[in-house]
This record gives sequence, structure tokens and C-alpha cells, in this order.
Amino acid sequence: MKKKWYDYLWIATLLYMSLGFFNIMFAWLGLICFFVPLIMSFTGFGKGYCNRYCGRGQLFGILGGGLGLSRKKDIPKWMKSKGFRYGFLIFFFVMFFQMLWNTYLVFAGASGLRQIVTLLWTFKLPWNWAYHGTFFTEGVAQFAFGFYGVMLTSTVLGLVTMILFKPRSWCVYCPMGTMTQLIAKGKMKSHKGCKRRKLGVS
Amino acid sequence: MKKKRLAVVASNECVACGCCAKVCPLKAIAILRGTVAKVDAEKCVGCSTCAKECPASSIRMCEVGV
Repeated sequence: MKKKWYDYLWIATLLYMSLGFFNIMFAWLGLICFFVPLIMSFTGFGKGYCNRYCGRGQLFGILGGGLGLSRKKDIPKWMKSKGFRYGFLIFFFVMFFQMLWNTYLVFAGASGLRQIVTLLWTFKLPWNWAYHGTFFTEGVAQFAFGFYGVMLTSTVLGLVTMILFKPRSWCVYCPMGTMTQLIAKGKMKSHKGCKRRKLGVS
Repeated sequence: MKKKRLAVVASNECVACGCCAKVCPLKAIAILRGTVAKVDAEKCVGCSTCAKECPASSIRMCEVGV
């Protein structure tokens, strides 16, 4: 089957993760992976982003499938349960908003810039070599450090589950995937409701 | 009665990631409005490629009478 341009987006993911080691400000580009799936699901494209354009998923597919780094075992039942998926989504967002709060504190001048990347919400890794100053306020750099931590954490989690289970196991509990599926389901329900109202069915 | 092997999606487990649709050699799977994978029973030949690929293991191979 002929490959399309979007089949190579795994290179962008690899490039993004690498650039963060040289200049942390590139972390801002990761917002594309946050906004594009949301815009697509709100505009009726469902999980089009996951299905076609997710470079991270493609990367796991290549590493786990093509390169054979995955055990290709079934994911545990609890991991694909709604409770875990929604729980992880909530946890991820709580941690995300905590990161935003820390960024706000730097913007407001209440705390200084911390040149660290937090991995798995626990391990604070010194990352000062990737910071070369900013034209803007230090808050902009703080967001970059925080956001890169979020991206690195999800990549590490994805890699671990890729090795232990199937290559794209991350897709099962990916917070963006869970959220876009919820939006798509909500839109489908409202669409059905509209149709019923038009037909006069109670 | 002749039996046919078919891929069946457990809709409550499907995360609609689209891995199955990508690998299906006959393009027999589509993601329904981003909510769940749907198998076209007419096109499906029961090769089980999708079941092997599904990260949520939500596709099972079943035998149905035709």
C-alpha cells in the first residue's frame, strides 16, 4: 500500500523529543498535539487525529511492531476499563493544571524559574543545558519546561506499555484519545437527539 | 450451513484508535464517527490481522452461519 505524507509523522515526534534536549523552547510546539485532536473532534472528525496523524502512536507502532521491541501480549483488563481510562484522564489533567499553576507563579513573579523537567510527576531532572535564555518573560520558559515534562512522561509511559503489552497500548489510555472519544460520543448523542426531535420521536 | 469467520468488535472496549482499520488488507473496518470500530461483514474474510493489532484486544474472531 502506498504511504501517505502523514504516515511519516513519527519523524516529527522523534524530532520533537530530540529538540527538547537542545533547546527547551521547542517544547511549545507540542501544543499542536493538544489542540489539533481537540479541534478535529469538535469539528466532527471524531478521532481522525488518532487514526491518521498521531506521530507518537506511529512511533510506538514502528518500535514495537517493525523493530520487534514489544512482547505483543494482551493489555490487562483493568487497564482498558473505563474506570482506569477516565481516572487517568482526570489525574493527567490535575497534574497538567498544577504545571500551569507553577507557570503562573513564575509569570506573576511569585517564584523563580526552575530549570528542571519532572518525569513521571516525581523525578526532577536537571535540564539547564537546554535553556539558553528567552526574549520573553521567564514564565514562557517555565511553561516549556513543564510541558516538555508532560510530553516526556507520556512518551516514557507509552514506551513501557509498548514493551510490556502491544505496540500501541498507550492508545488505550492516552488522555487525549479518551477525551476525543468522549467528545465524539457526545456529539453523536446530540446528533441522534436532534434527528429524533426533527422526526418528532419522544 | 456454511460457516464464515468474522471479526467482531466489543464496542464497550473499543477505543477507536484506528489501528485495526489501518492494517485491514480488505479495508473492511471503519471508525464510526470516532466512537467505535465497525466491521463490514460482507468484506471481512476473517484473517484476524485486526485482532492481533488491536491494542485493547477488543476484536474477537467468531464463526457465523451464512
